[in-house]
Amino acid sequence: MPELNLTRRALAWAAAAVASASLGISALPLHAATPKDTLVLAMAFDDLISLDPAQAFEISAGEMLGNSYDRLLRSDVKDPSRLLPDLALKWAVSADGKTYSFELRPGVKFASGNALTAEDVVFSLQRAVLLDKTPAFILTQFGLNKANVASRIKQTGPLSLTLETDKAYAPTLVFNCLTATVASVVDKKLVMSKEQAGDMGAAWLKTNYAGSGPLKVREWRANQLVALERNDQYWGQKSLPARVIYRHVKESATQRLLLEKGDVDIARNLTPQDLQALATNKNVAITGTPNGTVYYFSLNQKNPILAKPEVREAFKWLVDYDAIGATLIKNVGVIHQNFLPLGLLGAATDKPYKLDVAKAKALLAQAGHPNGFKVTVDMRNVQPVQGITEAIQQTLKRAGIEMEILPGDGKQTLTKYRARSHDIYIGSWGADYWDPHTNADTFARNADNGDNAATKPLAWRNAWNIPELTKKSDAAALERDATKRARLYQEIQAEFRKTSPFVMLYQQTEVAAYRSNLSGLKIGATSDLTYLFSVAKR
Amino acid sequence: MVRSVPSWRWGAAAGRSFGRFTLVIAFTYLGLLAVTFFIGRVIPVDPVLAIVGDRAPEHVVQRVREELGLNLPLYEQFGRYVGQALRGDFGTSVLTSNPVWEDVKQTFPATLELATCGILIGAGFGVPLGVWAAVRRGGFVDHAVRVMGLVGYSVPIFWLGLMALVLFYAKLGWVAGPGRIDVAFEFSVQRVSGLMLVDTALYAKDTGDWAAFRSALSHLVLPASLLGYFSLAYISRMTRSFMLNELAQEYIVAARAKGLSETRIIWRHALRNAMVPLVTVISLSYAGLLEGSVLTETVFAWPGLGLYITNSLQNADMNAVLGGTLVVGTVFIALNLLSDLLYRVLDPRTRDTRTGNAR
Amino acid sequence: MSGFGHWLLSDRPLSRRQAALGRAYTGWLGFARNRLAMLGLALVLLLALVAVLAPWIAPYPPTVGELSQRLQAPSAAHWFGTDDQGRDILSRLMHGSSITLTVVALVAVLAAPIGLLVGTAAGYAGGWVDAVLMRITDIFLAFPRLILALAFVAALGPGIENAVIAIAITSWPPYARIARAETLSIRQADYINAVKLLGAGPARIVLRHVMPMCVPSVIVRVTLDMAGIILTAAGLGFLGLGAQPPMPEWGAMIAAGRAYVLDQWWVAAAPGAAIFIVSLAFNLLGDGLRDALDPKAAK
Repeated sequence: MPELNLTRRALAWAAAAVASASLGISALPLHAATPKDTLVLAMAFDDLISLDPAQAFEISAGEMLGNSYDRLLRSDVKDPSRLLPDLALKWAVSADGKTYSFELRPGVKFASGNALTAEDVVFSLQRAVLLDKTPAFILTQFGLNKANVASRIKQTGPLSLTLETDKAYAPTLVFNCLTATVASVVDKKLVMSKEQAGDMGAAWLKTNYAGSGPLKVREWRANQLVALERNDQYWGQKSLPARVIYRHVKESATQRLLLEKGDVDIARNLTPQDLQALATNKNVAITGTPNGTVYYFSLNQKNPILAKPEVREAFKWLVDYDAIGATLIKNVGVIHQNFLPLGLLGAATDKPYKLDVAKAKALLAQAGHPNGFKVTVDMRNVQPVQGITEAIQQTLKRAGIEMEILPGDGKQTLTKYRARSHDIYIGSWGADYWDPHTNADTFARNADNGDNAATKPLAWRNAWNIPELTKKSDAAALERDATKRARLYQEIQAEFRKTSPFVMLYQQTEVAAYRSNLSGLKIGATSDLTYLFSVAKR
Repeated sequence: MVRSVPSWRWGAAAGRSFGRFTLVIAFTYLGLLAVTFFIGRVIPVDPVLAIVGDRAPEHVVQRVREELGLNLPLYEQFGRYVGQALRGDFGTSVLTSNPVWEDVKQTFPATLELATCGILIGAGFGVPLGVWAAVRRGGFVDHAVRVMGLVGYSVPIFWLGLMALVLFYAKLGWVAGPGRIDVAFEFSVQRVSGLMLVDTALYAKDTGDWAAFRSALSHLVLPASLLGYFSLAYISRMTRSFMLNELAQEYIVAARAKGLSETRIIWRHALRNAMVPLVTVISLSYAGLLEGSVLTETVFAWPGLGLYITNSLQNADMNAVLGGTLVVGTVFIALNLLSDLLYRVLDPRTRDTRTGNAR
Repeated sequence: MSGFGHWLLSDRPLSRRQAALGRAYTGWLGFARNRLAMLGLALVLLLALVAVLAPWIAPYPPTVGELSQRLQAPSAAHWFGTDDQGRDILSRLMHGSSITLTVVALVAVLAAPIGLLVGTAAGYAGGWVDAVLMRITDIFLAFPRLILALAFVAALGPGIENAVIAIAITSWPPYARIARAETLSIRQADYINAVKLLGAGPARIVLRHVMPMCVPSVIVRVTLDMAGIILTAAGLGFLGLGAQPPMPEWGAMIAAGRAYVLDQWWVAAAPGAAIFIVSLAFNLLGDGLRDALDPKAAK
């Protein structure tokens, strides 16, 4: 019919256009492999908000700055409790335990070509304290503040400096804190030349680079990519890849497809299902390391029912740890019932709790709630948190506890948590540095339980008033003998397991899937220990 | 009867209506900003959280709160924002540390490119399909178009996107994968317009190397087709509906009686009259695509406006949200005004018959 | 034909009501002759039936599952397989049909009339009224839906009832734009002028003469939107404004199934197919209604 010829013709033209375009495209030689000297990673790094070591605290920043900035000391990738020299060749503690001295490696240059001396180290540490941004507490917890930092951190020679603390802390604590990102050494000349309005170069360094590490940051396109390049001025072994590119990819399935096709070399955010599916792929290998992040759910002690000790314990018996461990967190976590992640000094391996509905019911009856009660939980809409929450909802129901799930986005639920307006909160906590004090500080210390406290650790957020335990944690931070210190932490954890409103669930295993033509990739226990400059590509 | 209007009065009237026009537009922007701003301050996310993170000691939190001006009364904060915006300063994004204007300049062209290709596919195929379905009403084509349209509408976009990636990228290798361009070309192609096709074409003009352009096209095909399919589903159904309205009118019977060919009747008469509401439909669809689809952008790792606004909103980065909302608002206003203009052109009935001129 | 039928179809109705009833009956007959429309109606009724009878006909409870049974492929024991918590998907679909259908119906019933009213008023009145109404429409169109969702969560708390309001508030603008476009085309028509000559005021003209002309295309648009509403509600669920787990709402099921799309496709495919069938049913029904309501389209 003539009237349809026009329609058919129109459609035919359109179809032909699309077809020829696609044919033209498929004529493109689709070599999916990434360039030989470039390492490409697919990672979700939308948590990145600053490249300035004095300001950065997120996981992505930790990794990128860990590859591009040097510090005085570093942890050993294979055994994070061991300290290795980085910029400091020799270090010592005074007899009274309050003065630390360092001797630097000679002949080090920044990527800019400027020489690295003790002046830069002193400047970097002072700068972190003076700018007083989020990660500064790692240094200021040793009694450093804006007023005294100039006298407490001093340069004693072209390649030597000292640092004074206010108390005699455990030396491993101080040294571990100096391996953190905030203690990175920045190029004083370069940074100060970019200073605006007395900000010590903060505005510039947020999106730029002034370091001395094996890789230098070339470009950060927000939520798109971060490009690192080999630093030819590096004092140590030069980076194996000439370039390292992080591609921002949020969707796990997309990361997986990219990896399978070879468009990326490493995928960092795969789900347990994707990992399991990739296990049979010959071109892909998987590596994982237990890291310092622990998952838990906590009971707000402001809720009178949840404040009862029997109720707190009952919750610990109402989680099916085995089932969760075998299914929801397979490959990405290991059931762990203590607040210190394994690998830290003094970490306990006790696992006293398992699913026991009868016992929980008896405890609830003791507390005066034989028929259970109603409670809400603030849950982030991400996996595996959501899956675990739903599973716990079911087991709680068996003892009569009706837990209503209030889903929300990450920042939403966090805001509520920090305001102490939750009943139950399910979340995670990552170690800031590889020393037990980092977790004890937040789980087992609550200096001030009032609403206007100066610090708001996790214990505070759940209104857990623990003056005795706080004193014990403080003492453990000052214990200079390692064995004694470990024992103190064991005691703290034992008490914590029994009485805390925290139900510890699991320790995270950080996983990466990579193309099998790579070698030398090891995920670090902390984010700044994932070294990409030692990854070789065949 | 057409009154003749003296030219100076016409000019004055035009001037008045232009003044009225800008007033209404300004009012719209202000309204949009005000509503977004005040609701933004009510949402249960702490804006300081994204900047300082969860570990910050309380005094750092309070200091940053002061710096952001969050302790000022709401209307004062709004006044500050509007004052700065009028001077072209849309604030700095908390998450990207860039000025919001820069962020928008980066993300909007990505969405623009995708949406434009999508609507070309959607309207280019959708209108003829809709006409065909209307003409062959009740026939196989009609049912096929209906089912195809419904599938497009009920299928979750992330599912179709992932399936398309699995089939065309992973298994068949016909198209390139997620992202806008191959990593190899990321640093060699100069960013001029933000539209990858344009930029790579300019690059090819300079260097004679078309590989980058092919790569950009290859990355664009799948997500654009996906969006095109969704708008096609909608446009074809609505075209069918409007065409059915027109084909039932008496003037069609009259035209047939006059002996006009069916082709002419359908395309030059019925479709022409159906274009008025159809233009609305297409522009609504286009505007919807320009708003950016978070799910498409997530699946295809496409750094567009949808992801930008959503991410900012989830972190209570209100400067970025307001900036993005302004862009989206401008798009809608512009498209609506454009389609209003097109009505006047296409359909004399929509003009004001009192003066006989377009109003 | 019965006496009542004769009375309805009489050529000479003796009262307004008889005429109106007769029109309705003719419309129904026309509708019934349309096989596809009847199919649509049958599907909708079937869905309503499933929704009501779910507690009795579902093979398993919808919110109870064993982690050891998770992600099982469709089998004799579980026709549509199990989800990531080990719950039977078919039972969840059945129980979720009532929630989902309610959400969709509420949004349609809230948003479409508002859109129609605003659009026809703007198109008919022209001038200032038109400009202001259209700019208000622009504001609602450009307004990020997510921000409204978050604000609702803050003000009213989480839950799917509030999701309905949030979606309805942001859904009416497209209907308004379409209604306005159609109104612009017909406002100068002869029959409108005729009614004006008879002395009808603008309100009466808009309500009784202009709006009915716009109803068919709005109906088509609404039925097309049904699936979109479910998926939007799923999207808002991520912010707390949606079905709370373990509620078996279809959109939430799809959203949860997103993580398993590549290997355990049935988790998202089952609710997806259900949404498609609902869409199809309402679309067929809507087309049938459109044909029945539009006297010119009847052949």
